[in-house]
Amino acid sequence: MARKRRFKGGEIPTSSMADIAFLLLIFFLVTTTIDMDKGLGMVLPAEGEELEINKKNILNCLINSTGNVLLGGEAVEVRNLAKKVRQKLVENDKLIISVKAHGASNYMDYVKVIDQLKQANATRISIAESN
Amino acid sequence: MKVDRKTQLDSEIPTASMPDIIFMLLIFFMVTTVLREYSGLPISLPKAKRIEKLKSKRHTSHIWVSKEGLVSIEDKLYSSEGVRHVMYEKRVADPQLVVSLKADERSKMGLISDIHTELRKADALKLNYSSKTAVD
Repeated sequence: MARKRRFKGGEIPTSSMADIAFLLLIFFLVTTTIDMDKGLGMVLPAEGEELEINKKNILNCLINSTGNVLLGGEAVEVRNLAKKVRQKLVENDKLIISVKAHGASNYMDYVKVIDQLKQANATRISIAESN
Repeated sequence: MKVDRKTQLDSEIPTASMPDIIFMLLIFFMVTTVLREYSGLPISLPKAKRIEKLKSKRHTSHIWVSKEGLVSIEDKLYSSEGVRHVMYEKRVADPQLVVSLKADERSKMGLISDIHTELRKADALKLNYSSKTAVD
């Protein structure tokens, strides 16, 4: 027996639209990563910009291949470096700290030294070429 | 004289425009989502305390240095001399360029020093030693 099919309005149901949109929204909320790059800032001197500096205003900071630090001729532990540098900066505020790392030393030790110098609020940091 | 109020005010939040609002939010998040362009090299970053945040991603360019001494920019390997040409072009295109050096904590200073020299020659002077936050 054939039954007559009554035509119902062909509409897309919009009641669930909000739910679908919410789902997509949550997906993008979760996948968005706001990872900011962070690190120690440093400005390198321009090429050929070499200045003659009075020897009195230079403090040499040497890093050897085992990660030991020599500050102005005396061995210093890395975690005490900030304290020592702060003292020296009080004595002479024009002090430039020249950091020189041995070619075989680890980058980690270098970053630690730079970090300590930053903690001592030393703004004039010079990086000597290591060889 | 007292007047009977015949119509009852129905106080409901209109939900008809709800999908529009959600779609707006959705589009906002879709636009701001940045899928990672380059994967870089597997490294473990050093830790530091006095760290600064890099202001904008647009002006940042990464140099990856692995502990084996590989140097990678935008997923291409370079020798330390090759860094100069790449960074010089980037510097010309964007004067506000900040180089983020993502070097492994066990990489050797000899190589890092070479990169310093190359960056100086390329006139890309703003450098950032990418590091993690140290916890006491």
